[in-house]
Amino acid sequence: MTRPPSLPDAPRLRRAEPSGASHPLVELTLARFREFLREPEAVFWVFAFPLIMSCALGIAFRSRGGEPVIAGVAEQAGADAIVGTLEAGGAFTVRRIPLDEIDRAVRDGRVPVVVIPGTPPTYRFDQARAESQVARLAVDAALQRAAGRADAFVPIQEPVQAVGSRYIDWLVPGLLGMNIMSTGLWGVGFSIVQARTKKLLKRLVATPMSRTHYLLANVLSRLLYLALETAVIMGFAWLAFDVRVHGTIAALGGLALFGALAFGGIGLLLASRARTIEAVSGLMNLVMLPMWVLSGIFFASTNFPDAMQPFIRALPLTALIDALRGVVNEGRTLAELLPEVGILTAWGTVSFALALRLFRWQ
Amino acid sequence: MYHGYNCVVPPDSVALHCAGLVKRYGAVTAVNGLDLQVVRGECFGLLGPNGAGKTTTIEILEGLLAADAGEVVVLGRRWERDAAALRPRLGIQLQETQLADKLTVCETLRMFRSFYPDGPTVDALLETVELGAKRDVWVVKLSGGQKQRLSVACALAGRPELLFLDEPTTGLDPQSRRQLWAVLERFREAGGTILITTHSMEEAHALCDRVGIMDQGRLIALGTPRELVRSLGAEHVVEFAVNAGPALPGAELGQLPGVREVRTDDRHTALSTSELHTTVPALLDLLRRHDATLSQLGTHSATLEDVFVTLTGRQLRDD
Repeated sequence: MTRPPSLPDAPRLRRAEPSGASHPLVELTLARFREFLREPEAVFWVFAFPLIMSCALGIAFRSRGGEPVIAGVAEQAGADAIVGTLEAGGAFTVRRIPLDEIDRAVRDGRVPVVVIPGTPPTYRFDQARAESQVARLAVDAALQRAAGRADAFVPIQEPVQAVGSRYIDWLVPGLLGMNIMSTGLWGVGFSIVQARTKKLLKRLVATPMSRTHYLLANVLSRLLYLALETAVIMGFAWLAFDVRVHGTIAALGGLALFGALAFGGIGLLLASRARTIEAVSGLMNLVMLPMWVLSGIFFASTNFPDAMQPFIRALPLTALIDALRGVVNEGRTLAELLPEVGILTAWGTVSFALALRLFRWQ
Repeated sequence: MYHGYNCVVPPDSVALHCAGLVKRYGAVTAVNGLDLQVVRGECFGLLGPNGAGKTTTIEILEGLLAADAGEVVVLGRRWERDAAALRPRLGIQLQETQLADKLTVCETLRMFRSFYPDGPTVDALLETVELGAKRDVWVVKLSGGQKQRLSVACALAGRPELLFLDEPTTGLDPQSRRQLWAVLERFREAGGTILITTHSMEEAHALCDRVGIMDQGRLIALGTPRELVRSLGAEHVVEFAVNAGPALPGAELGQLPGVREVRTDDRHTALSTSELHTTVPALLDLLRRHDATLSQLGTHSATLEDVFVTLTGRQLRDD
């Protein structure tokens, strides 16, 4: 068999010299990473979006230590006396509410409780809202005391202001988890389906490229921007809200890695057969939606009924967020979070293996 | 007119061989019993109109599509068994591939080069296709011709023995075409084998040692461009049109000296002839006798296009 012909510009002598290219896995990973960084929309969704989100939520839910309770008083005879009583202690911000607006004011959350003067007075409030309940108790105590009730004892008050126990401390790991999920799915799924529609996949399988390398590179390139993504989100939360990581940075990084691998694998699986961007977008939203709701990004997933808990625990986002909170808020180590890490690994491995089998290359 | 080299050529020098190739898509038969042999070192052109089955054929030969029937041997190996060993020895350029928009020329080539165990350096590839000046430019900013040259450079990244090109110059301006042809010419001079599909007879003339003309999934003619043209038995074509009036009798046209074939399409008529110098004066006489006035008259040397028209009665291009 004759040797392959050499190109005139590339005499055989050059064989020993470096080809100018590295290992295919490195080249494929770098190519994906570069493509990502050169796509402004992708960069926005990965970096700017979670920052804007945590900023907005951090401000909305910032700890209002010692802030006055808002109370409404219905505009009718006797209102002045009640307003006077509540304002006297300085613990309330009082708003006068016209009679025909009482229901709307409570429903909209403009005032958590409305006192309707009378003997005895009426408290109108929303039982389903914790804030409403608290305001009712505070208003009741103030009015009772003014009417002559004596406290049986004066408790010692110890308000907790410790960093690490605020809502924002709890929220930031949730946002980080959510971001790892969405960028993992989008970052991997989108680019693969795009390569398929542009027939680039077909061109690649016409080379000796290893198919495993290609799929792996898509997941690995994710890890490069994952490092950036985690640093940006946690750095911002630290600077803007003083959110601290109580565990080690290594544990945080390790978890982010497991999370990214799990969602990278799921992204591959979702993209393995889709022919159009629309199809893969639909699939991704379908997969992400239950996790947005159930996995406890904004409120504890334990609020859902017990019967649903095993299912919720098995979701990769629940495992990731719970583990991230363990590291960030409670200073736990990876060894203590083995069940969560196990769940993430299982999702990553199974979906990667399935993707490799199902993948449509042309 | 099958010029298959079958008996002449030792098996070692056959780069590509296929026999009885069939591919169906539902009720449509895209490739209908195709036999083909490409010899090492030659440039073989598959010529045919859109929909003739050229792309389906080349993709089967490239191992990207499975045939419904028939046998394919590429560089002495078969796709079913030896795909992994075969891939590094082939260079492939597909018709519809769009390379990643936001990678530079150099990055794209580095990626493709990394897939091959052996081959020229990225710099050498850039030089070969004359894209050195564009090495740091994003693919999306390249012209059509530059994109095609990059695509060919990617196909050359593994220093292939056999290069498959599917309509590489379609849609390119004449200058870009010639630049690409020069790249392919250099590959040939270095001993490479090329299988190229095209619907441009000019391209087939310029590049190919042998041409197979495909129509409706079959090979309808095979030979060197010269052999094919000569097979018409008439090396010139006279084309003319007349103003409104009675149609000229086809029989009389066919009896003009030198004329081998008459084709009439509305008021346009084409005569294939072996003797231009006797046919034209005789034609003018005939027109005068019939009181017909010429609105158009032209002649050209017969081309592969004429071969195609003669064989199928249709034009090669739709446009």
